[in-house]
Amino acid sequence: MEANKALYEAVTHLGDNTLILGHRLGEWCGHGPVLEQDIAMTNIALDLIGQARMYLDYAGKLSGQEKSEDDMAYHRDVLDFKNALLAEIPNGDFADSIARQFFFDQWHYLFLEQLSTSADETLNAIAQKSLKEVTYHKRWSSEWVVRLGDGTAESKERMQNAIDDVWMYSGELFIPVASDAILVEAGIFPDVRSLKSAFDKEVKAIIEEATLTLPEDDFMQTGGRTGSHTEYLGYILAEMQFLPRAYPDATW
Amino acid sequence: MVSTEEHIAEIWELLSGVEDPEIPVISVVDLGIVRDVREEQGKIVVDITPTYSGCPATQVIEESVIEALTAAGVSPFEVRTVLSPPWSTTMLSAEGRRKLTEYGIAPPADESTDKMALMGEERQLKCPNCGSTDTLMVSQFGSTPCKAHFKCKECLEPFDYFKCL
Repeated sequence: MEANKALYEAVTHLGDNTLILGHRLGEWCGHGPVLEQDIAMTNIALDLIGQARMYLDYAGKLSGQEKSEDDMAYHRDVLDFKNALLAEIPNGDFADSIARQFFFDQWHYLFLEQLSTSADETLNAIAQKSLKEVTYHKRWSSEWVVRLGDGTAESKERMQNAIDDVWMYSGELFIPVASDAILVEAGIFPDVRSLKSAFDKEVKAIIEEATLTLPEDDFMQTGGRTGSHTEYLGYILAEMQFLPRAYPDATW
Repeated sequence: MVSTEEHIAEIWELLSGVEDPEIPVISVVDLGIVRDVREEQGKIVVDITPTYSGCPATQVIEESVIEALTAAGVSPFEVRTVLSPPWSTTMLSAEGRRKLTEYGIAPPADESTDKMALMGEERQLKCPNCGSTDTLMVSQFGSTPCKAHFKCKECLEPFDYFKCL
């Protein structure tokens, strides 16, 4: 029972990360700086929302209340969302979105590598599938950090500002919640703390290549996994959930 | 009464006629989306697998498969979605690769060539229009989740590349 609850929490966290970040990237649709990058961001959004569907479908089954993926996405309130804060922070300018994506992708890749050996068959399958897609995401966001950082005076300044602003949201992904312990023990869920050193190494190498610097301050914002969110999440949900809540039986 | 083996072979044949909604020259069998057809306790079970997680064609494909089976009078049947092992471009049939090229989409290269091509290190992808290998990646992401966007520097035509997954 306890293990089931822990698994529900963990799967919901993964589903919410991908759903909310996918939604954020979707906001770029039609607003990208150039057509190719507009398409890139919406492609990544599509991958993430596809992954979210698989996680939330699974979470719905674990909920014990026969919830569907749509119930999970559209009929939960802010406090029930368990995504990392990083996923919900606003798009800002292109550099801000790149910084957010860069930190997320670097974590996501390392995390999925571990999750693909999970003892849980469903998580294992989702992770193997997602890892292939995230390989492309990571390549794209890393490339843009370098291109903007090692670019013009303005692009460098904006990329540096973005890294400085977003950095404090990157640490939360490496802090487990209490209920993770039982899953880590059973080989179902990675111990996220173990990913931090590889993350730091990868990030540092790319930041250096981009002629940028990481903030020295290691203060990190936390709270997403326990449902304490920034004010931004409520606005996302208001937009995302309005239609299914106002017209519960609406179909395409 | 046909034997189960024959019946299953007929269903494979039937599904070879179901087209991918976004690349209508290639069938869902050529694409490797239909993973297995078998009989379970008198019921025909068809396993299908999505290409990319968010591919919007997945649902249309499932509906097309159901429609084809229903139209052919296959009953009872069930279409199941399986995720593991994950779909990979190596599941594309030789026939599928040939059809893609004819349609103007460069088929996926092997993994190492793919990596070099997408990293922009080497120009090894062949333009499906003129055959030149003097090609350039415009973006890793293209018109659908499964494609990257290239252009040919020889004939100047843009083309899609079905990237490795």
